[in-house]
Amino acid sequence: MPVITYRDALRSAMAEEMERDDRVVLLGEDIGVYGGTHLVTNGLIDQFGPRRVIDTPIAENGFTGAAIGMAMAGMRPIVEMMTWNFSFQAADQIIQNAAKLRYFSGGQVSVPLVIRGPNGGGVQLSAQHTHSLEGFYGHFPGLKVVSPSTPEDVKGMMLAAIRDPDPVIFLEAGALYGTKGEVPEGDYTVEFGKARVAREGADVTLIGYGRQAPVLLRIAEKLAADGIDAEVVDLRSIRPFDSDTIVESVRKTHRAVVVQEQWRWFSVASEVAAIIQERAFDELDAPVVRVSGAEVPAPYARNLEIAAFPSEQQIIDAARRVLYLEV
Amino acid sequence: MATTQSQGKRRRAASTPAKNGSKGSPNSKTEPRLGSDALVSLYQKMVEIRLFEDAAQRGFRQGKVGGYMHVYSGQEAVATGFLDTFREPDYAITAYRDHAHVLLLGSDPKAVMAELYGKGTGLVQGKGGSMHLFDVSNGFYGGYGIVGGHIPLGVGMAFAQAYQKTGGITQLYLGDGAIHNGAFHEAANLSGLWGRDGLNPCLFILENNQYGMGTSVERATANTDLGKKFESYAIEHTKVDGMDLEAVLKVAHDAADRVRETGKPFAVEALTYRIMPHGAADFLEKYRTKEEVRKWRERDPIGLLEKRLEDEGVEESTIADIRTAAKAKMDEAVKFAEESPEPDIAELLTDVYTDDAPVQAAG
Repeated sequence: MPVITYRDALRSAMAEEMERDDRVVLLGEDIGVYGGTHLVTNGLIDQFGPRRVIDTPIAENGFTGAAIGMAMAGMRPIVEMMTWNFSFQAADQIIQNAAKLRYFSGGQVSVPLVIRGPNGGGVQLSAQHTHSLEGFYGHFPGLKVVSPSTPEDVKGMMLAAIRDPDPVIFLEAGALYGTKGEVPEGDYTVEFGKARVAREGADVTLIGYGRQAPVLLRIAEKLAADGIDAEVVDLRSIRPFDSDTIVESVRKTHRAVVVQEQWRWFSVASEVAAIIQERAFDELDAPVVRVSGAEVPAPYARNLEIAAFPSEQQIIDAARRVLYLEV
Repeated sequence: MATTQSQGKRRRAASTPAKNGSKGSPNSKTEPRLGSDALVSLYQKMVEIRLFEDAAQRGFRQGKVGGYMHVYSGQEAVATGFLDTFREPDYAITAYRDHAHVLLLGSDPKAVMAELYGKGTGLVQGKGGSMHLFDVSNGFYGGYGIVGGHIPLGVGMAFAQAYQKTGGITQLYLGDGAIHNGAFHEAANLSGLWGRDGLNPCLFILENNQYGMGTSVERATANTDLGKKFESYAIEHTKVDGMDLEAVLKVAHDAADRVRETGKPFAVEALTYRIMPHGAADFLEKYRTKEEVRKWRERDPIGLLEKRLEDEGVEESTIADIRTAAKAKMDEAVKFAEESPEPDIAELLTDVYTDDAPVQAAG
């Protein structure tokens, strides 16, 4: 299998589907002539022209709403949020229109729309340019929300997203754009609602997604050096959610640590912890631990920002704590 | 299915031709029908939608219609005139004062009334109510409750029509209240921009009933010439007396033809007045005087059209027969709505997703 970056995997998914399907167009800020702020769409305007790679003014509510209209009228638009932070400008369109249109039209319309862009922090962009919105968007029925972490998954899930009949919130791990991995050749999709067991283990289940997934794999290796055999589950899909894989893993390990960059209250990790206690209460040998970001707007200074997100040591300590080992 | 344009030209290159838009053939113009027969048939439609609204308001007062409800009474000439130009595969989209539009496009008053009554036989099976009427089979794409929120959708639908070369246009209705919302300005900017390349056959119909809820235009903006708001986005516009059906018809047909031929947006501000309260629960009407309402009632579009028909020599009995038949039709709609069953409770969890993605029940 060829080895390519997360960024190239994303681009090739979109380009391949645009070749196959004329209904697919891209909209966003500086995605065309400029090449995309994160270069995800670089070169696509040369391949597909300005009619299909549409540079928009900086007006997220307007162009996201227009893309919803396009989707209702039979197209398959993909909107780039330069970063998900700007999606609050379009929140009315995403939540009040895209998520609900099928329902309040009594099933008369669908909104096959993908909204994609980098989510999360880690590169000193400070308060207004750093958010992890998986819990926020995951709250709303009518949306599908995914957060892939590998080149293989990001390509397969993007292809699934474009072909999905409903609006998909596609949360890319911006910090992973340059990471490489094997990607299958040819057309393939990765189904939504299926978590991936990234590493099998018997002692403790480490659960994460997006940028945290490769971190958890690194940590599992460190724990292995101390004789702890950790299983790592990459959620991949926030809505629909794969409870079964989580529960199955906990039945095996009897311990779980859920890791996320976002704030703890009302978060994905809180939901995962609730599902585990509902469905595997008798299996647990320790309370589920959530490792989350600090409850502050993201700071600028490097040391403060590092302290605002879960550290490897904090995750290791959490894993040891649920095993009742010394930390 | 649209065709691929992979010419690799950069956006707005000097050589980009404006030929991507949907274009009707030069013979595709629709002339307004201004003979007395045509006016009689449009009169019938206006009477029907007025009597529908009267019946809906009775239902609301009786507690049979819930939620919010906003009637179109007084504004009938606007939608009646513009939708007279409507043809497949055009689209129409509006905000929450939407009963008239969907009826004029051919929805059965029974299904519309049943929707207001929250019944399973309703137009959207009781899932939307008054503010979310949809009838896609007739080109009607809603029915939206957030002021201004539907405007970007309409612009995107018009883009899709041009992109897919369907030959259709989008009639995008908005109220004077919506024009101060950011969504209007962002969408209008895109419409003007895309229209420059023939990619936005969008007909904006500004239903200026002079109040955004209870706030008059004068109290909402220092630039009260609302048509001018479109100029910022290079969208040409005109005004029309929205109480005069014949005037609306002439402007509407010209405007629709122009949009169809050019693929560019065009805006019409129709000056009108809602003779009823903003919503069915707007009892006090402290923001306007009884005298003002009385004066506008003298220009009730249905009354004006009746006078015009009398001048044309239409028999009084013809008018009376239309009213009687419309009354019977709306009585039948109410009866149907009252007798219809509530939605099946299993429908609660359907239509959240198009596929079978799981949805949690209450409890």
